[in-house]
Amino acid sequence: MPRFLREYFNRNGVGLGSVMLGLVLFWTIGLIILPQLSMLDFSFRPNLPPPEIGGPKDVYTLENYKYLIFGPEGGSQDYNAVDLKVFYRTLIAAILVTLFNLMLCYPIAYYLAQTKGNHIRILALMLIIPYWINEILRAFALRIIFGETGVLNNLLVGAGVFDTPFDFIRNDIALYAGLGYAYILLMIFPIYNVIESLDRNQIEAARDMGASWTRIHRRVVIPYAKPGISSGCTMVFMLSAGALAAPQILGGPSSLWFTQLIYQQFNDNSDWPQGAAYAVVLLVTCILLVLALMRVFKVNMGDIGK
Amino acid sequence: MSAGVGVNLENLWIRFGDFVAVRDANVNINGGDFFSFLGPSGCGKTTILRAVSGFLEPSEGNVLIGGNNMKGIGPNKRPTALIFQNLALFPLMKVWENITFSMEIKGASAKERRKRADELLDMIALTGQGDKLPAELSGGQKQRVAIARALCAEPDVLLLDEPLSALDLKLRQHMRSELREIQKRVGITFIYITHDQGEALTMSDNVAVMRAGVIDQIGDGKTIYNDPSTAFAASFVGENNVFRGTVKKVIGNEVMINTNRSGDLMARISSNNVGKMKEGDDAMLFIRPEAFSLAPLGTQGDHFVTAEVHKEEFEGNVFNIFMEGEGGKEMKVSLPNLGQSFESHRGEPMTLEYDVHNAVALPAGVLATE
Ligand SMILES: Nc1ncnc2c1ncn2[C@@H]1O[C@H](COP(=O)(O)OP(=O)(O)OP(=O)(O)O)[C@@H](O)[C@H]1O
Ligand SMILES: [Mg+2]
Repeated sequence: MPRFLREYFNRNGVGLGSVMLGLVLFWTIGLIILPQLSMLDFSFRPNLPPPEIGGPKDVYTLENYKYLIFGPEGGSQDYNAVDLKVFYRTLIAAILVTLFNLMLCYPIAYYLAQTKGNHIRILALMLIIPYWINEILRAFALRIIFGETGVLNNLLVGAGVFDTPFDFIRNDIALYAGLGYAYILLMIFPIYNVIESLDRNQIEAARDMGASWTRIHRRVVIPYAKPGISSGCTMVFMLSAGALAAPQILGGPSSLWFTQLIYQQFNDNSDWPQGAAYAVVLLVTCILLVLALMRVFKVNMGDIGK
Repeated sequence: MSAGVGVNLENLWIRFGDFVAVRDANVNINGGDFFSFLGPSGCGKTTILRAVSGFLEPSEGNVLIGGNNMKGIGPNKRPTALIFQNLALFPLMKVWENITFSMEIKGASAKERRKRADELLDMIALTGQGDKLPAELSGGQKQRVAIARALCAEPDVLLLDEPLSALDLKLRQHMRSELREIQKRVGITFIYITHDQGEALTMSDNVAVMRAGVIDQIGDGKTIYNDPSTAFAASFVGENNVFRGTVKKVIGNEVMINTNRSGDLMARISSNNVGKMKEGDDAMLFIRPEAFSLAPLGTQGDHFVTAEVHKEEFEGNVFNIFMEGEGGKEMKVSLPNLGQSFESHRGEPMTLEYDVHNAVALPAGVLATE
């Protein structure tokens, strides 16, 4: 038995230790790894009616991946322009949502972490409580706010900013706002956690030496908060790219999110292998993107866990 | 004489809500001085320093640096550099980047900064260690880097908030003389904060003794030690034996005090209190351990004290003898080691004599409690 395992059992006892270990293994292997592996397996198989599954036609194939790139066999176009465009737009939009979120949440996290007093706890509560409401309801609430006869349009038209109501939905503004809002806590709290442990004297020392606020943030606070920033950005990016409810409810008619395509394959077309292939492509691309960015910004994997 | 930039505090009050942290402080610090604020924990030392560096606006009164009123001028615009109680080095910057951070702000090139960092590293005896991170340095080395970082900003006034408190005794003593050395070399004004009276006395040109937001006395080390102006200053700075009583008779600059336990004793009135002590006033008489000498047993008189010996401590050059004192406390007497022994006196009375000039009489007041 390796040493860390022996220590683990010594600390928790064999009984409790086995139960905890078993649960964790069941969770990671049974509920995460195995289903993902079966998705991966699906993605390499043709879509067959149930009687033919396991039959002679059930062989591994790259058809489903080819479909994403080249479209249907003998189709009119060289490439599957529609789906690829959605894929590419989803990634860009998820990156933009992440950046927008970071710009919004960093100051909030900094303020929460570096200010003392009771009003901070109230502020934090005000951020948390809306998340007790489920995601779908929150998205519909935003739809009401951004709708053609919604609160915002009434206000803006009433104030004379616009002559006719502005279509926030069709212009994807509602979608971005919804996605941005959906995950702010996941951005704020990792950053807040790190900045809270930053010694205030370091900020004052920099200030004392004549540093401007921008320089203090650039040279002292942000480098220190980097693990929190990368952890927050990773989560927000992954979740935005994989979001379904917000795009369904807040997206305009033209703006398909890649997850909606996956959903259609599984649900409307009953083409699980095709859906699985799309899902695998999205997952792998997101992971590679995150890893590449971590390299560029010199972030370690261990930092993400902070 | 005063080449450097002086600092003046004029009627300075600092309040936090209803709590008064600094009460009507008036201090004139000469340019080029090594000036210390000495006082127990929580007396408002850091608060004063923060008001000088600009992190805190006084509730009332003024801070003048080089004669200029600093009202409304932020910490980044004042000619001061602060060394924090916990140093506050930037953990993710290399030592040389830490030291030259103030130059980076002014837009100096990396080459210039490297060069200056090397000079300062030489000065603090850390040659060639510029590429380390602060976490890779020892406590004393971090200390010196913090000093170099502050000096690199070329401040007119260097503010030091108990910078040696985290170091062990040996290193602390070494750094004391090093700090004094650096101050003499750069010639700028140092304002130093400490609750360690030995530190304040050895390093400073002048010392302000503080108690609960009030400055009790300002003077050079000798004056504060020999001629304290309040009971607090007398009991906080150095060791002192106190005798409580009432004033029986005032004779010029001297006074006879009817003490609770040793009868009538004569003492010199502290310079600041001449003319302020009257017959019948509650008074305190302070005699330092080293001001006593041995007298024939049982001698009576207004500068003799007789008490029972509790124990003796041999310290090489002196014997410290602890005798029955006032209110359950022991009285400490230090006698030079002349080859004699006091071991046989344990449990027996002993008579001591002092020179009236070395006993200080003060109006009764709050004592420093250890
Ligand atoms: N921001 C603040 N708000 C309220 N009270 C404060 C604040 N800063 C300091 N105080 C109070 O002012 C008093 C003086 O504090 P200060 O930090 O100046 O003490 P100090 O003499 O530096 O003590 P130490 O030797 O322990 O560092 C303390 O009683 C402290 O509680
Ligand atoms: Mg302090």
